[in-house]
Amino acid sequence: MKITIDRAALLKPLAHVQSVVERRNTIPILANVLLRAADGTLSLTATDMDLDVVESVGCSVDQPGQTTVPAHTLYEIVRKLQDGSEVELTAVGDSGRMTIRAGRSNFSLPTLPMEEFPALSGDTLPTSFVLSAADAKTLIDRTRFAISTEETRYYLNGIFLHEAKAGDVAVLRAVATDGHRLARVQMPLPTGAAGMPAVIVPRKAVQEIRKLIEETDGDVQVSLSENKLRFAFESSVLTTKLIDGTFPDYERVIPTGNDKMLRVESSMFKRAVDRVATISTEKSRSVKLSLTSGTLTLSANSPDNAQATEEVDVDYAAAAIEIGFNSRYLMDIADQIDEGSKAVFAMADAASPTVVTDESDDGTLYVLMPMRV
Amino acid sequence: MTSQRTLCRDCFTWPPSTSAAPPERCPRCGSRRLVSHPELDRLSIAHIDCDAFYASVEKRDDPSLLDKPVIIGGGRRGVVSAACYVARIYGVRSAMPMFKALAACPHAVVIKPNMAKYAAAGAEVRALMRDVTPLVEPLSIDEAFLDLSGTDRLHGGAPAETLARLTGRIEEKVGVTASIGLSYNKFLAKVASDLDKPRGFFVIGANRIEQFLADRPVSMIWGVGKALYRTLLADGIRTVGDLQGLDERELMRRYGSIGQRLARFSHGQDSRAVEPGSVIKSVSSETTFNDDISATDALRPYLWRLSEEVSDRLKRKALCGWVVTLKLKTADFRSHSRQRRLSSPTQLADRIYRTADSLLEDAVDGRRFRLIGVGVTDLAGDRLADPRDLAEPGLERRHRVETAMDAVRAKLGKTAIMKGRGLRVDTLKQSPSSRLHPEDDTD
Repeated sequence: MKITIDRAALLKPLAHVQSVVERRNTIPILANVLLRAADGTLSLTATDMDLDVVESVGCSVDQPGQTTVPAHTLYEIVRKLQDGSEVELTAVGDSGRMTIRAGRSNFSLPTLPMEEFPALSGDTLPTSFVLSAADAKTLIDRTRFAISTEETRYYLNGIFLHEAKAGDVAVLRAVATDGHRLARVQMPLPTGAAGMPAVIVPRKAVQEIRKLIEETDGDVQVSLSENKLRFAFESSVLTTKLIDGTFPDYERVIPTGNDKMLRVESSMFKRAVDRVATISTEKSRSVKLSLTSGTLTLSANSPDNAQATEEVDVDYAAAAIEIGFNSRYLMDIADQIDEGSKAVFAMADAASPTVVTDESDDGTLYVLMPMRV
Repeated sequence: MTSQRTLCRDCFTWPPSTSAAPPERCPRCGSRRLVSHPELDRLSIAHIDCDAFYASVEKRDDPSLLDKPVIIGGGRRGVVSAACYVARIYGVRSAMPMFKALAACPHAVVIKPNMAKYAAAGAEVRALMRDVTPLVEPLSIDEAFLDLSGTDRLHGGAPAETLARLTGRIEEKVGVTASIGLSYNKFLAKVASDLDKPRGFFVIGANRIEQFLADRPVSMIWGVGKALYRTLLADGIRTVGDLQGLDERELMRRYGSIGQRLARFSHGQDSRAVEPGSVIKSVSSETTFNDDISATDALRPYLWRLSEEVSDRLKRKALCGWVVTLKLKTADFRSHSRQRRLSSPTQLADRIYRTADSLLEDAVDGRRFRLIGVGVTDLAGDRLADPRDLAEPGLERRHRVETAMDAVRAKLGKTAIMKGRGLRVDTLKQSPSSRLHPEDDTD
């Protein structure tokens, strides 16, 4: 294999694939990136056995071929090369080495045979549909903060992506929960998604997909089977295994009869919660919301007797109520509601789940468990 | 030379010292229990330690045991939890394996620990301590530091007198004896209480403290365990005096942060305050089997009983914790512990058990175990305990079941109602030994 490529063109796909490679690996081949050169294209593949990313980039191929080299090392080398330089990658036959040359810099890295490289991608997946980058972003951003990190409940360690009905309308839904809060976002079901399997997308895949979305404006091709999901972008394809488990029946925990309605401008609310929570303990981070007609009083106190209160003008006309929440969870939700838009809290009592929605977006809904205060 | 100050521990009077030599008997009541020290009326940091506490409680409840050697410990395979002073004459010590203790003292009366009873007596002792100062820092069920600074006027006497009256009240109301160590900091107070036992009162003053400490072994310094002791010996440091000759920075360079403590303690300096807040850091319970066990199914009933035990005590103390720890000791005495952090703190036996059980499944691999233990750490007040869970609606129902069972037991006794998973004859016979772990659990 022998190719020549512009440093910047090589750096970008390398940055994507190296973030998939785990820093500590017991299996040597998993620390490597698979390089394949043919037909004027270099493709780079990295995997952690649960997900893989394949990136393609145009280059001048002097001699087609393939090899694998340590991903982080190659990334670091290319990153440190002079900007604007031409990089030449050469791996000759069975030499077991690949040389990297740019200007007056020379490197030689040990290679491992590509036959050892595990393959995830390649097969075709039965269900396929297209999402705009903006929609894909919404599905992830509105839910991922609620993903659980608890190992024992592995089935909560991802986003539950599935088809559902909202009234008569078929929708694509993403749901995540850690037991304390739940986030649900939905949008009209894209063409081709009907009959899709319900899947749980693992947290690491969600993070990597989110990074790839950030760099695209175009559409995203999504395809999936019962145990694999693929996101295809212009020049990168991510394939991930799915979490093998059953997501809980979340609809049962979304209350429908909550009638104490609070409307508050979200960014102002968030800043007030943040200020009051300063003195709340690291462990509980609780703040109390005391509501009377037209006024919300946020308060917090600490075991060593510090106290804080702040009053906020709100739309509230129901009976007075006091209810406590984890301040971080309140802010996570407020973060997802656009500046200037109002958050709508539907409450029942201090012990029952509260529903939060975004007044300007009827596709999202959050459920928040109160804390005893 | 400063003159001695003397206190009678029976009539709480201060006989005048006519010369440097203190009187042998109290001129007022004739008691020989006098304590004398030049700084006696000025020192205010105390360590109070009950004498052979578990054994003393048993002797209190059965006077026929008074002159017999009594060992508190569990089963053929257990260890000695406590030995009375009669048993100690035969060489029986705490934490000694039971078979060794019985070899040393074959006629000893062995009593299985009744933790509930000791905890009740310990709570009475602590309540009496708190009557004299809010600054009580418990170290375990039967010992605590007390800071009596500035209480002279309140109690109408120097701290030494207040302490003498306090141990008198502990004897009278709880029926056990305690020893007092009095000094000007925690380190020395703890050292002192160990130097005159049982029913003792030892005073360590600031005057010539370095001389006092110089000949003592470095192992007396809190924090010097077996490993560090060996290291110090290898470096030629055997006594506290050897440490006194070394610079604090040099000791820190050699031994890390403990080096600072070594340096300061060796000169009798300890700036730690008596902190009533740092009470309990973890709640745990463990049991040693009569015969080694390797099968998960056979371990589970023990695990459930221990989880219940830990849960009971968390509930009683209005606590809950974020981290569940499983401890196993193999037949060759290797300890293994695994822990898992929960999404919310718990005090429920059911959640403690389920979490420990998932750890157990990972740990069991055919090895034979001689001991199993469960603990909950990273504690918080029970206001945060076991909130409803959006992803697990069943949790709330299990929570209610457990609360209902607790209510039945409170009325009718512990065995009135039980879960099937705990019903195994051998686990019922064996009562687990359990402890509350304060910040620095001595003993």
